[in-house]
Amino acid sequence: MTAVPVPHRVVARRAETADTVTLRFEPVGPALPDFRPGQFAMVHSFGRGEIPVSVSSVQATGGLAHTVRSVGAVSDGLCAARVGDVLGIRGPYGTGWELERARGRDVVIVAGGIGYAPLRPLILGALAEPAAYRRVNVLIGARTPGDLIARKEVESWATAYTGVTVDQPDADWRGDVGVVTQLLGRAHFDPEDTWAFVCGPEPMIRAAARELAHRGVRRDCIRVSLERNMRCATGHCGHCQLGPLLLCRTGPVVDWECAEPLLSVREL
Amino acid sequence: MSAAPGVLDRDGLGALVAVLVAEGRTVVGPTVRDGAIVLAELASAEALPYGWGVELEAGRYRLVAREDGAAFAHSAGPQSWKNFLHPSRERLWSADRTAEGELTFTAHEPEVPSYAFLGVRPCDLRAIAIQDRVLTGGRYEDGGYGKRRRSALLIAAECTEPGATCLCVSTGGGPAADPGYDLALTEVVDEDGHRFLVRVGSDEGARLLEQVPHHGADLVTEATARASVDAARDRMGRALPPVDLRALMGASLAAKRWDDVAARCLTCGNCTMVCPTCFCTTTEEVTDLTGDHTERWQRWDSCFDLDFSYLHGGPVRASARSRYRQWLTHKLSTWHDQFGTSGCVGCGRCIAWCPAGIDITEEVAALDAERGTESP
Repeated sequence: MTAVPVPHRVVARRAETADTVTLRFEPVGPALPDFRPGQFAMVHSFGRGEIPVSVSSVQATGGLAHTVRSVGAVSDGLCAARVGDVLGIRGPYGTGWELERARGRDVVIVAGGIGYAPLRPLILGALAEPAAYRRVNVLIGARTPGDLIARKEVESWATAYTGVTVDQPDADWRGDVGVVTQLLGRAHFDPEDTWAFVCGPEPMIRAAARELAHRGVRRDCIRVSLERNMRCATGHCGHCQLGPLLLCRTGPVVDWECAEPLLSVREL
Repeated sequence: MSAAPGVLDRDGLGALVAVLVAEGRTVVGPTVRDGAIVLAELASAEALPYGWGVELEAGRYRLVAREDGAAFAHSAGPQSWKNFLHPSRERLWSADRTAEGELTFTAHEPEVPSYAFLGVRPCDLRAIAIQDRVLTGGRYEDGGYGKRRRSALLIAAECTEPGATCLCVSTGGGPAADPGYDLALTEVVDEDGHRFLVRVGSDEGARLLEQVPHHGADLVTEATARASVDAARDRMGRALPPVDLRALMGASLAAKRWDDVAARCLTCGNCTMVCPTCFCTTTEEVTDLTGDHTERWQRWDSCFDLDFSYLHGGPVRASARSRYRQWLTHKLSTWHDQFGTSGCVGCGRCIAWCPAGIDITEEVAALDAERGTESP
């Protein structure tokens, strides 16, 4: 069976940063199956093509949301979509964060840049059940203050610790400067009883996961979301290979225990 | 299914093709064209390459005349059955936009010919089984492939004349046909004449055999056929080293040999195009002039192409070293992780059709030797 996109209408559009937009969708007709946080969809821009995008909201009511940064022809087209436009979406695909495995434990969430978007439904899920998780920490890094997504939302959270840092501050920035891993020293977690969830640019994932492991978090309790070129999302096109993995089905979310040796090889 | 083996003479084979054509099947088999034995639609068995063989070496393929008039005494040509089952271009779906901005998406249901593949080599039979696993064996099925595959009839031709680039025995295969065929032919040419031992592998194969003049297999034909297939097993031109290839590849990701092969590899992708198991595809968006109709097309892609691994910012595998390593380690090692089987059937096409004459048996042997020198 060929996987064909399902029409979805853009019901809300929010410009997050100069190059990043969050689109909220409602199905025009039949809805797709429910997504789990961490899973992704193939989102189609008419006449341009399809790209894989992790879901940034999975709520059945109010619909699905995707946060897209304009970096190429398809993502440009998606960012230009307006409220009322219809786009094709197929999914859900891939593995999820599996937050439920962290019940009763400390939770450390590390987001770099647009890596915040796939983590957002996970964070909201953890905050929605404060009794289920011990201490929830959210660490966010971005290149500049202008690249921070959802600043207001982040400030409203009741977490054990929320830290925000930027690489290149502007004149108005009063917060932390530097890489996101330096915030780990201020987070509240017992490394041996912690689940960590990491998403961002690959060098940041490597640095954060290594630091978490160095501090004593078990490598199979660190979940990272990886990215590779993807054409089909159904395991047939071969593009999303990372060594033994086909990231569309064994990823995008994998354990650091599995990812570390693969991300240690240049150009794998 | 329990039908006993039979023997067809050359006219009998002609009658078999005639029956297939009359029943509306698209018969595809080997035929001589453009200085090579290609796979193409056959109007009759007379188009088979009777009296032609091939001479193979790394980067070399030449037709040679054979005095015995055999039809199937040649090894793999530039194409494989994936050209038909998994075509190089296929429309997946299309989308139309109305004046009100609504969209409709329509899956493309391909018109599928009822193929009869004649002369499927045992290596290629294994390659089809591997593509079956890749394209139809997972959670999702490649719809077009599945549809074509299910209606295809497979008539194998066992191998009696391996080429200098053949290495199937070292990949766990061999010149005898594994199950999966509808009929399997073994060609015999001797003083008793030119004939084909026929074994039946399915009910459909049995039904077809009954339609054509044949006689029951005699002991001499059976013994001669068996002996020539057994002899072929011992005449393989090449072999991969007899080591755990999956482990070797896994241990060789940092090998120096990749730099050596990268200095010769043109990253042209020929090996991936001729490989009967390479399945990778990309997609293209094709629009018409109105701008309200767009089509999604799938076409073959190659891991040697820079765009293959492109992420915003650049390709993940920019160097030739990393792209050759991806191809070879996928074929021999990570294919097991992904699909539960090796991706190599030992047909030798990648050796013959490499314009630089790169030979996987030589590369794997060099990687094995390099690992040996590093061991304590």
